[in-house]
Amino acid sequence: MADVTVGIVVFPGSNCDHDTEYAVASFPGVKPLMLWHNGHDLKGSDAVILPGGFSYGDYLRCGSIARFSPIMREVIEFARKGGPVLGICNGFQVLVESGLLEGALIRNTGKKFICRQSTIKVVNNSTIFTDGYQEGEVLRIPVAHGEGNYFASPETIESLEEHGQVVFRYVDGEGRASEESNFNGSLGNIAGIVNRQGNVLGLMPHPERASEKLLGSEDGRRLFESLFRHVTGV
Amino acid sequence: MAYKAKIRVTLRPSILDVQGKAAQHALANLGYTSVESVRIGKYMEVNIEEQSADEAGRVCTEICQKLLSNPVMEDFTFELEPVN
Repeated sequence: MADVTVGIVVFPGSNCDHDTEYAVASFPGVKPLMLWHNGHDLKGSDAVILPGGFSYGDYLRCGSIARFSPIMREVIEFARKGGPVLGICNGFQVLVESGLLEGALIRNTGKKFICRQSTIKVVNNSTIFTDGYQEGEVLRIPVAHGEGNYFASPETIESLEEHGQVVFRYVDGEGRASEESNFNGSLGNIAGIVNRQGNVLGLMPHPERASEKLLGSEDGRRLFESLFRHVTGV
Repeated sequence: MAYKAKIRVTLRPSILDVQGKAAQHALANLGYTSVESVRIGKYMEVNIEEQSADEAGRVCTEICQKLLSNPVMEDFTFELEPVN
């Protein structure tokens, strides 16, 4: 791969920023670049990742304060121009708060913070983030969240489904989007969505925590790989 | 003029309030079986310095829409009162 710079935004309270940096740096020719929330410059990033964590202590609503960080103005402009933006967990919450993605992430229906391995199905493999996967492939990627319950109006859900914007769904080991596999109560078992233009993806599971064998799963690796391949245009 | 806005942000009725549900169960355990439901929201007090109550109300609506509530999942109401 040619040289790719991936900006990773660091908010006060982000805690998966270094895991993400580590995962990104494991790809040859790809350079992670930490971007502090107070900055006004993406410093030539070819793609931007909003990592997981608890930005601003989850005050008010998860992601609601981070959404107004100075750097977010640049991230939103970058996304509107078609730049690839990936939001993981808290990053997904920031994306819905910022309006780059539709819907909201509310408290898990079981009330508990859920930290475990999850199985998700690739529903749409024609995005720049997922074309390294097979359609219908079941992935093992961990989750860790208290507010991962995807919610949106029935009209929004219908429109997301119609336009193929649902990218990942929680499923059981056999790939069925059952009620039992939907541990956080998300509408339609939704685990990740993409915007209509296809350049902004948000998901609750943590692909960076499934990026090498030692971590128990490498299934998250191809998400980064697909993205970086598209950034280099290869 | 200074105004105090008393803002209430509540989860939309269509959204399951797990916190409220847990509180309701605890109340039932305490013997308050007549408590049929509990919904938990947020209460905020915001002081606003503006020329008129209309202006302060406009600012309050704006900040509720932009930051203090999320229209996807929450509703808001507020009362304004002058502060001496």
